[in-house]
Amino acid sequence: MDANGHANGSSPHEVREHDVLIIGAGGAGLRAAVAATERGLSVGVVTKSLLGKAHTVMAEGGIAASLGNVDPADGWQTHFKDTLKSGKFINNWRMAELFSKEAPDRVYELEQWGALFNRTAEGKISQRPFGAHTYRRLCHVGDRTGLELIRTMQEKVLATDTQVYMETAVTKLFKNSEGRVVGALAYTRETGKFIHFKTKAVVLATGGWGRIYKVTSNSWEGTGDGAVLAYDAGAELVDMEMVQFHPTGMVWPPGVRGLLVTEGVRGEGGLLRNSKGERYMERYDKERMELSSRDVVARANYTEVQEGRGSPHGGVFLDITHLGYRGIMKKLPTMHEQFLKLADIDISKEPMEVFPTIHYTMGGVKVDPETCATNVPGLFAAGEVAGGLHGANRLGGNSLSDLLVFGRRAGMGAAEYVKSNGYSTEIREEELNAEKKRVMAPLEKREGENPYKIQQELQETMMEHANLMRNEDSLKEGLGKVLALKDRLPNIGVGGSTLFNPGWHTAQDVRHLIQISEIIIRCALERTERRGAQWRLDYDGPDEELGRVNLISKKDQQGEVGIEKREIPPMPEHLAKLFEEGE
Amino acid sequence: MSDSAAEQKGMASKAHAEVHSDEEATLEGKSYRLKIFRGDAEGGKEVEYEIEAIEGMVVLDAVLKIQAEQANDLAVRWNCKAAHCGSCSAEINGRPKLLCKTRVEEYEGQEIRVHPIRAFPVIKDLVSDVSWNYGVSAQIQPFTTSEQAPFTMYEEDVERLYEPKKCIECFMCQDVCHVLRTHHKHPEFAGPRFFVRSQWLEMHPKDEGNRLQFLKEGRGGVQLCNITKCCSEVCPVGIHITDNSIIPLKERVADEYYDPAKWLMRKIRGRRNGSSNGNGGTRSTHARAGIRTNG
Repeated sequence: MDANGHANGSSPHEVREHDVLIIGAGGAGLRAAVAATERGLSVGVVTKSLLGKAHTVMAEGGIAASLGNVDPADGWQTHFKDTLKSGKFINNWRMAELFSKEAPDRVYELEQWGALFNRTAEGKISQRPFGAHTYRRLCHVGDRTGLELIRTMQEKVLATDTQVYMETAVTKLFKNSEGRVVGALAYTRETGKFIHFKTKAVVLATGGWGRIYKVTSNSWEGTGDGAVLAYDAGAELVDMEMVQFHPTGMVWPPGVRGLLVTEGVRGEGGLLRNSKGERYMERYDKERMELSSRDVVARANYTEVQEGRGSPHGGVFLDITHLGYRGIMKKLPTMHEQFLKLADIDISKEPMEVFPTIHYTMGGVKVDPETCATNVPGLFAAGEVAGGLHGANRLGGNSLSDLLVFGRRAGMGAAEYVKSNGYSTEIREEELNAEKKRVMAPLEKREGENPYKIQQELQETMMEHANLMRNEDSLKEGLGKVLALKDRLPNIGVGGSTLFNPGWHTAQDVRHLIQISEIIIRCALERTERRGAQWRLDYDGPDEELGRVNLISKKDQQGEVGIEKREIPPMPEHLAKLFEEGE
Repeated sequence: MSDSAAEQKGMASKAHAEVHSDEEATLEGKSYRLKIFRGDAEGGKEVEYEIEAIEGMVVLDAVLKIQAEQANDLAVRWNCKAAHCGSCSAEINGRPKLLCKTRVEEYEGQEIRVHPIRAFPVIKDLVSDVSWNYGVSAQIQPFTTSEQAPFTMYEEDVERLYEPKKCIECFMCQDVCHVLRTHHKHPEFAGPRFFVRSQWLEMHPKDEGNRLQFLKEGRGGVQLCNITKCCSEVCPVGIHITDNSIIPLKERVADEYYDPAKWLMRKIRGRRNGSSNGNGGTRSTHARAGIRTNG
């Protein structure tokens, strides 16, 4: 099984072979692994962290699926319509259709595998209200639904033959002479050993890229590796300008700035007030108030602070005291603990201070809705790294069901592809060696720029120039800064060895962060309108023309970011009809 | 900002009467000193670092600040920074702690010595090799049922499962458990974390599996626990591991193995009785998933 590349003096590597290699072990990656393993294939899962620590664990509020357990009128049609309305109709409607139809099955499947949700009086899975969902739709267990999902999937995967490579990061995808993705280079974080994965298909399930911003609810892992691996391999990305600002992140103390305060707080009746005590949401969305869509609430919170009606630490007040201690310990125990421990606030007695935090990336790798295949043969993507389902704004709770619906489809899609294709997984030795050399460069250079410093400058640049309110001049200035940082990448040098060296790992990640930031800013410059999360102050409102297109970015012949406006195909009648009936 | 208006409404909270911004948050002239273990499997030593103090900072903030500014290669695990993921377990002054949940000011006037968790082999600095735990987990019979979801289950049926299911796998209970830490019984003892997991599985109203053989005769080794409750004391999510997981499991094992009637039944019918899934006691739940962390 093992071989190495010692021959010409480059670093040695191990070879591992799988039918399907899955990159990422969050909800989507693990669901894909189960699907592909069930079809009798050899599956490898690579994760940058330990198993069960993926960002899925941070999802608190719940998983959206139209079970109709508390509101029997709910059905896939309403979930579909809510998803498209919230996404401002640039969503991929076929993805949204599959998603809303299949989400209930995926929830029941979790229950079948041992997941436990809060119950209704009738003994069914309980569902709570959430922003811009017409009905009470979020299946949940307190405020730790993501933990329940990841642990259930983790234990499911542990009981299969799937091989999990923990604390291992992929740096490049390889293609064979036919242009099919047939491998990847990875290093283990523990020792820095290289692994050449020979595989017939790759599923990207690497999550988002919130780490391009300073104030984010994302962990260190959210560096957009999958999007850049795909982009470098020639895949198309869709609507990369769409970045979700969650309305409620913590603001104090500084160390926890950006930490998520679940939308479940508003779902359970939490009220937003400014320093004057006004429930200001009535000025932004009188009908839905605190439970308006995330883009609207985030802009409202931002505006209140901008206009001088903020809280002492520059946020707004979120008050859940009406639930009382017992109610809070039942419905929001994690939030209670988080504020008490980290901010000395007892949320059963006093309001929280909150401000928007970068939370989720709607844009991502463009995929075929049925199979999650990209335009590059052998390359699949699912979960946050994929784009299309959420359009210009994601509904809370839609992410967890997205992971399972499309994780499963990607696993099946990859399995079908592997079974119906025969081809070589051989690649040119020089390509492998060149990549190993590139990855080792910061360690060999030793003295050089600090990768953390570059990461920090990038995060500050994106905060300043590509935040939730944008304009052309500022975006252009930001682009200039990002490109200047890109030029500094070769100067990075880190000390220490390959033994668990976070400086060296950051040197790899920061390249991804910079590439993604460049693409986001370029797309944000192209979409000259206000739509969902993309809010251009220098344009008045939504643009009808732009409402009919997706922005597709792809690496062009010169290796630069090429952007194409691609017409969204018209909705078929059975879907279009849904909007006529209810409106 | 209109603080007065907020106060009139009773909204300004006690902890932050004054206005702060990011820049103002550094505590003027104040610094913290941390002694951090630097080394690997071969050995190592404490290295002292000094950083400027920032209001409300947790030990993880301090460690990451040192990593970014003074020691880029300082190894530490972390993910969510919100005590939801259990990655950043380490020992502060000899006590296991989640670094993201421990405020530096708790140690005012004391030394702050940060070490990796010690019940498992050190890889480097604050990172230990916890992969053993995943191997143990893979040997526990997973949730097993012949019923088809959606299940009808009432709150009162499942209420006691919420507590063990809160586990974030920080492995701090494993770190303090004498059976592992002092007596190194890793090959024959699963540790508190996996008694917690076994408990919810055993008590799930729809589960038909049986883990008593694993717990008693397999590598569970629940009888080795002498209920010192060290695990319960360190659990960051407040699971009463000893009282609610280990003791009930010990009782079930005792019931199964030391009730003379059941003992006789087992001799006659094989290892288990009352098996509803036809696997009897002979079903082995071997580790099937391969877990690799190492180089």
